[in-house]
Amino acid sequence: MSISFLFLCLLGLGAFSFLFGRRRIRGLTAMTGVKQHSRDVYHGSFVVICAVLLPLIILLAWSGLSPLLIDAMLEDFLRRQSPDLSIGEMGVLIAKVKAYFVGSLPEAFADELIRNGADYFAALVDYSTTARSFVVLLLSLCGAALGLRLLAPRFTARPAVERVFEIVMIVASAIAILTTIGIVLSLIFETLRFFDTVPVMEFLFGLSWSPQIAIREDQVGGSGSFGAIPLFAGTMMITFIAMLVAVPIGLMSAVYLSEYANPKLRGIAKPGIEILAGIPTVVYGFFAALMVAPFLRDSGAEIGLTLSSESALAAGLVMGIMIIPFISSLSDDVINAVPQTLRDGAAALGATQSETICQVVLPAALPGIVSAILLAMSRAIGETMIVVMAAGVAANLTANPFESVTTVTVQIVMLLVGDQEFDSAKTLAAFALGLVLFFITLLLNVLALYVVNRFKEQYD
Amino acid sequence: MKMSESQKVKIKARNVTVHYGEARALHGIDLDLNANEVTALIGPSGCGKSTFLRCINRMNDVIDGCRVGGTVSIDEQNIYSDAVDVVELRARVGMVFQKPNPFPKSIYDNVAYGPRIHGMAPSRSELDHIVETSLKRAGLWDEVKDRLSASGTSLSGGQQQRLCIARAIAVNPDIVLMDEPCSALDPIATAVIEELMEELRRDYTIVIVTHSMQQAARISQRTAYFHLGDLVEHGQTQAIFTNPENQQTEAYISGKIG
Repeated sequence: MSISFLFLCLLGLGAFSFLFGRRRIRGLTAMTGVKQHSRDVYHGSFVVICAVLLPLIILLAWSGLSPLLIDAMLEDFLRRQSPDLSIGEMGVLIAKVKAYFVGSLPEAFADELIRNGADYFAALVDYSTTARSFVVLLLSLCGAALGLRLLAPRFTARPAVERVFEIVMIVASAIAILTTIGIVLSLIFETLRFFDTVPVMEFLFGLSWSPQIAIREDQVGGSGSFGAIPLFAGTMMITFIAMLVAVPIGLMSAVYLSEYANPKLRGIAKPGIEILAGIPTVVYGFFAALMVAPFLRDSGAEIGLTLSSESALAAGLVMGIMIIPFISSLSDDVINAVPQTLRDGAAALGATQSETICQVVLPAALPGIVSAILLAMSRAIGETMIVVMAAGVAANLTANPFESVTTVTVQIVMLLVGDQEFDSAKTLAAFALGLVLFFITLLLNVLALYVVNRFKEQYD
Repeated sequence: MKMSESQKVKIKARNVTVHYGEARALHGIDLDLNANEVTALIGPSGCGKSTFLRCINRMNDVIDGCRVGGTVSIDEQNIYSDAVDVVELRARVGMVFQKPNPFPKSIYDNVAYGPRIHGMAPSRSELDHIVETSLKRAGLWDEVKDRLSASGTSLSGGQQQRLCIARAIAVNPDIVLMDEPCSALDPIATAVIEELMEELRRDYTIVIVTHSMQQAARISQRTAYFHLGDLVEHGQTQAIFTNPENQQTEAYISGKIG
């Protein structure tokens, strides 16, 4: 029985359990005349939970674990047949056996061992699937029977059902949190391995970045240098330029939308601005590289400035445009949340609209605006595509926005494209950069939360 | 209605109509309000008394789709004429709202806000003086003089409302409008503010919207009863409450409707 069919069976059993449970409790109540503790629907749901929950967990666990077990048993089987294979050869053999089993390995390539292995493998898989179906369905039926037996007018089905729902929610949030923890842990461990080859100090404070590792000992420039300062500097410069563009434009459009625009115009303009956030960053990237950067270079040449065709300025400008909607949309929301009574209060004192906005509305909305800016900033720091295309990949340590620079994210991409060993310093450097990036954005988000909580005015 | 000669008419409303979109909220109100008196506007919810109040400082201007017709004159000057600047008008006609709405700034800055935007105090010491006198007149000075830099929103509800009154009188208006200023307050805070109104009456013309008959009877010299956008009856408070001419008025103030 395939897993999807088994799943459907469980669903069907669940539906029947619900109907039976509901019918049974109605019958019991009518017979005894006792007032029910919980409504019919909770009794039905209770039986469903009895019938489905445990079998479902077992089904998932079985499907996850049994391939591992079957592989181990297959390896054991093959090892007994030919004891002197190396680990690598054994891996190839297992792959061949499985390929033969699904029919993608032509008959001519299969020898006796592979055929035997495939037969053994088929038997195992068959046994496992049958046993799985049997166990799951039996458990489900037993669960349903048990649930039905428990039903009684005074049985407290509602708290039990509510409790199960609560646990399901807890599990869902735990999955999200555990995933985050897992990612961070893997970043940390790989980073520690990176720091075995490259000292922490050199990575954090080194001024030169050229992660070329020699494949042969005698190659030129084989050692590579992993000083990340040029990357941090490039990231900071591009982010700074982007914020220079996005903060004033985003903020002013937010003020216009929330304070001046009539509802009709606002209804058109706000989604219009938000479309900016929906443009794929790769489109921004080639817009920056093919339109903005050449335009900047040419207009720079007009006034006697030398701009390289890939410049921090071009990337920063376009990135600024990209994050305008983050700032304008979030700020618009917080400005709208400022109570109208404050505006009325200022107006009643004879404040003009601009005075009201600058002196009353914006200060009241400030925490929200600051957090909007910080969120936009972490977005800018993590942005990759635009920089790859428009700012280049050369790790220059420069304060000149007209030159080509590179950022942390771009270098992570550069480190991981192409062929290299997984445990080379070059690959591991990506984890170290990723960890730094993670900490910076985490810091910004924590700061944003702190600002919001610390300075939030309580309006009721 | 008889009016003694000593009482000067401060605000004169003639045929005032207000529309919110298509709906008409006020149907041609004629009403004179005297200087240095407290006039109470009473009536059931939705009768247009707050709308009328907001006509006096043109706060209806900020509501989308609101149109005001007729004339409202303050000291014989029609405030709806083009020659009148709304900002100047509102500096002359202060307003206190139903819910205390202190700015999320310090107590000092709340009171100093109006004088600052109108350039009334060129020096810091003058501003200090205005803040102190305003807070004293609002009866709040003793409670907050040691913590002027604390946030205005950290005060209790009654204190916040007195802060808003101090803020309104800091710009030295002629008229103070109050839109149910005590509806969010407990009886003790209400009593403090009622006393304050009696004080303020000497220097200002006060118009108050209230849902409390007792409050109207206690504090006002004149009362106007509104019903469904019409001014039903107005006159001396004592006369209205003891011997109303109109049956509707009588029914309302005696608690039969409303």
